[in-house]
Amino acid sequence: MIMPITIRAIKKSEPGRMKAASIRIGAIILALVASSLFILLLSLNPADVYIKMIQGAFGTAYRIKETIVKAIPLVITSLGIAIAFKMQFWNIGGEGQIAIGSFAASYFALYMNDMPMPLMLTVMILAGMLAGGLWALIPAFFKAQWGTNETIVTLMMNYIALKWVMFLQYGPWRDPKSLGFPKIANFPQNAVLPKLLGVHVGWVIALILVVVVYIFINHTKKGYEIAVIGESINTARYAGINIKKTILIAIMLSGGLCGLVGMIQASAVNYTLSVEITGGVGYTAIITAWLAALSAPLILIVSILFAALLEGGSYIQTVFGIPQAAAEILQGIILFFVLGSEFFVRYKFVIVKKHSAIAEKGAD
Amino acid sequence: MEAVISFLHAAIVAGTPLLFATLGEIITERSGNLNLGVEGMMLMGAVIGFMVGLNTESTTLALLAAMIAGAGGALIFAFLTITLRANQVVSGLTLTIFGTGFADFVGQDLIGQIAPESLRLFFRPYTIPLLGDIPFIGPVLFRQDAFVYLGYAASILLGLYLYKTSTGMNLRAVGENPGAADAAGINVTLYKYLHTLLGGALCGLGGAYLSLVYVPALQEGVTAGRGWIAVALVIFAAWNPYKALFGAYLFGGLDIIGFRIQNLGIDVSQYFIDMLPYMVTITVLVVVSMRKSREKAGPKACGIPYFREER
Repeated sequence: MIMPITIRAIKKSEPGRMKAASIRIGAIILALVASSLFILLLSLNPADVYIKMIQGAFGTAYRIKETIVKAIPLVITSLGIAIAFKMQFWNIGGEGQIAIGSFAASYFALYMNDMPMPLMLTVMILAGMLAGGLWALIPAFFKAQWGTNETIVTLMMNYIALKWVMFLQYGPWRDPKSLGFPKIANFPQNAVLPKLLGVHVGWVIALILVVVVYIFINHTKKGYEIAVIGESINTARYAGINIKKTILIAIMLSGGLCGLVGMIQASAVNYTLSVEITGGVGYTAIITAWLAALSAPLILIVSILFAALLEGGSYIQTVFGIPQAAAEILQGIILFFVLGSEFFVRYKFVIVKKHSAIAEKGAD
Repeated sequence: MEAVISFLHAAIVAGTPLLFATLGEIITERSGNLNLGVEGMMLMGAVIGFMVGLNTESTTLALLAAMIAGAGGALIFAFLTITLRANQVVSGLTLTIFGTGFADFVGQDLIGQIAPESLRLFFRPYTIPLLGDIPFIGPVLFRQDAFVYLGYAASILLGLYLYKTSTGMNLRAVGENPGAADAAGINVTLYKYLHTLLGGALCGLGGAYLSLVYVPALQEGVTAGRGWIAVALVIFAAWNPYKALFGAYLFGGLDIIGFRIQNLGIDVSQYFIDMLPYMVTITVLVVVSMRKSREKAGPKACGIPYFREER
C-alpha cells in the first residue's frame, strides 16, 4: 500500500520582506521563461527579442525620453487607482476619468484661452482634476449610499465618457479647418505644458505626486482610514470612521489624479483632445498598481518598467514584425505569474504523512 | 405590427450572445467566484470557434472549440483564484486583458473573413412547426436560428439544474457558505472548478455566436463590451437563469434600437444612442442596489476565496 502523503498550505505568521521580494522576482523570471516559450512559438529567439526590447526602450537618448513620456500617465493613473484599491473600491474607470479630465481641460484650452501661460495651465490642471474627480464621484456616491457595485458602474462610465469625446470630435468641436478630417483643433501655445530637460514637465508632476501620495497613504489620518476601510469595513465602523465621507473623498482624489492625466496627455502629448487620448492607460494602470502592491514608490518603478515593456514592445514589433497583440499576451502572462506568486508569499507548505485517519486521531 | 415583430425578433438575436455570457457568469458566481474575465473568455471563444469553423466547416466542432477556449480562459482564472487564492477582481481583469490579446493575436490573419457557407446555412432561421404559427409570439420567438433555441434550452436547463437537482442545491450552498457546504461533505474545490469552467464554456459560446452567426464574420474586438454588460445583467437577473432570458433580450433590444430610431427619421446623434445600454446598465444597478432585498442579493460568499484552514 502507498502511504498517503498530502501537502497542506498553512498561512505564514509574518511574511519576511526579503523572502516576499525574492518570491516575486522568481515569479517574474518564471513569467519570462513562459513568455520565452511563447516567443519560441513565433519561431524567434527569445534572447534576441529581449535584447531588442531593452534597446527599444533605453537604447538611445530619444528612446529613453519616449519611455519616460509613456511612464508619466501610468505613474499618475496608478497612484490614483492605488488610492481606490487600497480601500477595496475597484475603480476600473480610469479610462473614463482620464477622458473627462481631458475634456474639461480642453474646453478652457480651446474656448477660454485668452490667458497668460501659467494661469492657463493652472486653470486647465484644476479643471481636469475637478472633472475627473466629479466623474468618479458618481459611482462613489452610489457605492457609499446603496452599496452599488462600483466595478461595473465605473466601467460603464468609461464607455459613456469615450462616446462623449467621440461626439465632440465628430460633431460640435470638429475643426472646420481640418479639411474633412475628424479632428479637434490643436491647442494654442500657451496651453501646452513646457519641457524640462527634453521631456514635458509631467515628469516633475509625477515625481511630486509619488511623494505626496506616499505621505498621504502612510502618514495621514485620512490615508490610514482608507486602509482600515479596505481591510475591514466592520473594523472601520467600530473605530468610528465616517465611511461614506471617506469613500467620497478617496474616490474624488482617485478620479482627480486620473483627470490630471487627461489634462497632461491632451496638453503635452496630443496637443488636443481626441478619442485616442486615454490609450488604454486606465486599464494598464490597474496592472501596474497591483504589481506594485499599491505602494507609491514601487508604482514609480513598476510603471517605468511597464512603459519600457510597451516601448520595447512597439520596437520589436517593427524589428521582428510581431503584432501588437503579442505584447498584450506577454503582459497577461507576467501578471498571471505575479498574481499566482502572492500565494507563495502568504502561505507555506507542510507535508503531512497520514498513516491512517484513526492513528492520527490517536496521536493528537 | 410588422415593425414591432421584426424589432422583437432582432432584439432576441442581439440578446443571444449576452444570454450565454450571462448564464455562464451566473453559474460561475453561484459557485462563489466573481470572474470579471467574461469579455476575455467571449473573445477567446469568438476567435477559436471561428477559426475551427472556417477550417473544418463543422458546426459541432466550431461550437465545441469555442466552449473549450472559454473554459480554457476560465481554467487560468480558476487555478489562480481557487488553488492559489489570488484576488478575484484582479485575476478576472487580467483574464480580460489576456483574452483580448490572445484573440487579436490568433485572429490577426482572419479579421474580415466571413463565416463559412455551411455554418451560415446551419444557423439560418428555422420555423418550429405549430409554435411558429402562433400569431405574434410565433414569428418573434419560434422563427429563429438554432443558436437562439439553444439559448432557450440553456437557460431552462440551468434553471432546473439550480433549483430542482441536488447538485444544483449543493452548488448554491457552496456559493452561500462554503464552510458549511464543506462540513456537509460537499467537495467545495471541485464544485468551484467545474462550475467556473462550465461558466467559461458558456461565455465562449456567447462569443462564438457573435463571430459565427450575428456578424457573421471576424472583427477585431467583436464583443464590443458585451462581456461587461453580461456581468451587470447577472445582478439585474438576480442570479436567476430564467430572469437572465428576459434581461438579455431587453438589452439586445437596446443594442439595436439606435438603427431603428434613425430609420424613423428622429435626429439623435449616434453617439448618444450608443451610450444607452451603458446608461441603462448603471440605472439598473443603482435601482437594484436601492431596493436591496434578500432574494435579490447575490451568493453571499461570491468574491471571497475559500480556504478550509481559515474558516
